[in-house]
Amino acid sequence: MDFNDTPELASFRNEIREWLAANARTELPEGVKYGGEAIYAVAKEWYKKTAEAGYACLDWPKEYGGAGLTPLHKVVWAQEVANYAEPDSYFVIGIGNCGPAVTHFSDEKLKQRLLPRMASADDVWCQLFSEPSAGSDLAGLRTQAVQQDDGSWRINGQKIWTSGANHSDYGVVLCRTDTSVSKYKGLTMFILDMKQPGVTVKPIKQMDGNQHFNEVFFSDAEIPDAYRLGEVNQGWGAALLVLMNERMAITAVAPDGFDRFLEFVKSAEIAGQLLRDDPQVRDRLAHWYSQHAGVDASYMRMLTAVSKGGMPGAEGAVGKLIGGRMNQDIANFTLSLMGEAGAVHDAATAMEQAYFQDAALFSPGIRLAGGTDEIMRNIIAEQILGLPQEPRADKGVAFKDIPSGNG
Amino acid sequence: MNFDFSDDQKLIQSEARKLLNDKCPPELVRNIMEDEQQPYAEALWRQIGEMGWTATAIPEAYDGLGLGYLELCVIAEELGRAAAPVPFSSTVYLFAEAIKLYGSEAQKKNWLPRVASGELIGCLAAAEGFGNGEQEVEQDGAPPGLQANVSSGRLSGTKLGVADGDVANAAVVHAVGPEGEGLYLVDLAQSGVAREAVKSLDLARSYANLSFESAECELLGDAGTGKQMLADLRDRAAVLFAFEQVGGAEAALDMGVQYTNERFAFGRPVASFQAIKHKFADMFVSKELARSNAYYGAWALSSGAKELPLAAARARVSAIAAYDECSRENLQAHGGMGFTWEFDCHLHYRRAHLLALVIGSGYHWRQLLATRLLAAEI
Repeated sequence: MDFNDTPELASFRNEIREWLAANARTELPEGVKYGGEAIYAVAKEWYKKTAEAGYACLDWPKEYGGAGLTPLHKVVWAQEVANYAEPDSYFVIGIGNCGPAVTHFSDEKLKQRLLPRMASADDVWCQLFSEPSAGSDLAGLRTQAVQQDDGSWRINGQKIWTSGANHSDYGVVLCRTDTSVSKYKGLTMFILDMKQPGVTVKPIKQMDGNQHFNEVFFSDAEIPDAYRLGEVNQGWGAALLVLMNERMAITAVAPDGFDRFLEFVKSAEIAGQLLRDDPQVRDRLAHWYSQHAGVDASYMRMLTAVSKGGMPGAEGAVGKLIGGRMNQDIANFTLSLMGEAGAVHDAATAMEQAYFQDAALFSPGIRLAGGTDEIMRNIIAEQILGLPQEPRADKGVAFKDIPSGNG
Repeated sequence: MNFDFSDDQKLIQSEARKLLNDKCPPELVRNIMEDEQQPYAEALWRQIGEMGWTATAIPEAYDGLGLGYLELCVIAEELGRAAAPVPFSSTVYLFAEAIKLYGSEAQKKNWLPRVASGELIGCLAAAEGFGNGEQEVEQDGAPPGLQANVSSGRLSGTKLGVADGDVANAAVVHAVGPEGEGLYLVDLAQSGVAREAVKSLDLARSYANLSFESAECELLGDAGTGKQMLADLRDRAAVLFAFEQVGGAEAALDMGVQYTNERFAFGRPVASFQAIKHKFADMFVSKELARSNAYYGAWALSSGAKELPLAAARARVSAIAAYDECSRENLQAHGGMGFTWEFDCHLHYRRAHLLALVIGSGYHWRQLLATRLLAAEI
């Protein structure tokens, strides 16, 4: 057991350390912050810069805008760039999910046209999967694609929870193409040009007041048949491949809010008592640290497996499950330490510029986005522990005959 | 980076698992639980000695195998999985480690070969009463709780709830000497030692109260440094115990998965209900985190890293939580049958409780972990 780089990775680390020191900022420009609008332009600029230096999409082939390196190079990059403030993973959904879909299913001409521009963020991509009535039950989606006489497709319907749709040039969209077969067998995946009249993007105002996600409406939006990803009605398999690649995005573990809590406990004082001396605070700190560190060490085990040629398994669900809950629990616990004044959600008055009040309101979203806690538990139970699925009311039923609760 | 055990270490582990599957089935654990005349499984203990498991991390100069802690970790995991009723942890993680770390050349020559061969059982006698001995570990000055004392080379005092104290040949005893707290080596086969076997929460593991009346003893390590030596010793043992706990947690999880797959209710396997599946998912998460933290502890222990105190506390806190959750919820998933004497759920439930208390409880270790984390530069 050791934590040493191989000689190849060590030399790569040295190389990018030097480059980052010369090119990356330790603080974002004045007025730019994560979650805000201004960061989009900063991210575009950063991606362009890394692409020009040959550090974009490190594990993609060179001819598609990558560097032809390994996933472990990507990990080293992520570790080093974490020392800077640059929004290095801002376009991760497009590059991590849509990129592999295009790589796997498009013809050579399209790949050469689309992928290098994706890598440099000249084009921004989004993933259009979830719908108002198809979240955890994704294969129940209803957006319809109908093929025209000229072979092209017209799509109608609505997607929801689409990150970055307002900035996107392209999307990867999953549509229903046959309602007379069971739900998994009538789906098809496409590339969609987002900048066309038939596509309308509407931001969703979240319960915390922010707007990270969008609704996307399709009204006779057009898709040429060359943009079809995979065979007609084979879209579920294609979508699973995309979602598996999401799991393969191994460069980081899910955020859990722990580091911020540790910093707070180290220095904060409430009503004259140092939090670090309070046995209850210390007990919670130890509990959360053991989970936080456990996820971190699990990630190291996974990287080791990958370096030996293995594949990441469903274990990523563990980090997601722990991290989501920890964010929320930490926020709630910390507010309770503040007493009555904890209710003040005003950055000028509240402790830590109201970070924990913010966290109490954004953390429910972390437990829902990218697969709910309950779906994560199903994944662990079924894919890792091999437990049987629950009986389902839609099994073997044609999609049009599945009960929807809408009468 | 290579954060995994080697193929050789995995081979040792699979051989250990095979042997314990064969020689240490739940029936054996039950025999020890139900028979007061058998404090531990003697035949199994002999075999363990013959296999060289007790010699694993003892240097060749003292007739050991000269392997490292990583090899010991994988064996510990299998002993935990089998809930083996043997005095392995007391002898190997505590007694032998104390001598390896602090013993003089003569002491090592005297004691370690006998541990390596499996002929000697050792134990650590630290606790004297209820509580985690917080002051002993955390604060300066003489601990108000510590009564055992040594004067003119003779030990007097009482130790409560010593794991394997009734069957051990020798003990490392925490006591106050002329120059402050120290660790003392005591041969238990002498007239100055009285032992009273006491029932433990885990009936498959034996406990005793030990009384010393001017017993012969010899100083182990430097006089006056007993507090720090004990803390260091417990850190190292915490990593090894964590592997036992992870093995036990995994066994409990496997037991529950198998049972609920086979048992039907409402016309389908119990394991197909989400209420049960989600319970198992949570158990898996807890067990996986504990495993990864134990690996980190193994790395720190085997490489002599300065991170060991933090790594050990993190492994222990995580392992206590995982074995608790897995053993408790396995029993719950078995329904009423899980509460019977006949079913094996309580074997792990009892062991989980015992291992959560040896070398200090979860409450104590969480405080310790917080102290170390707040002091660390990470």
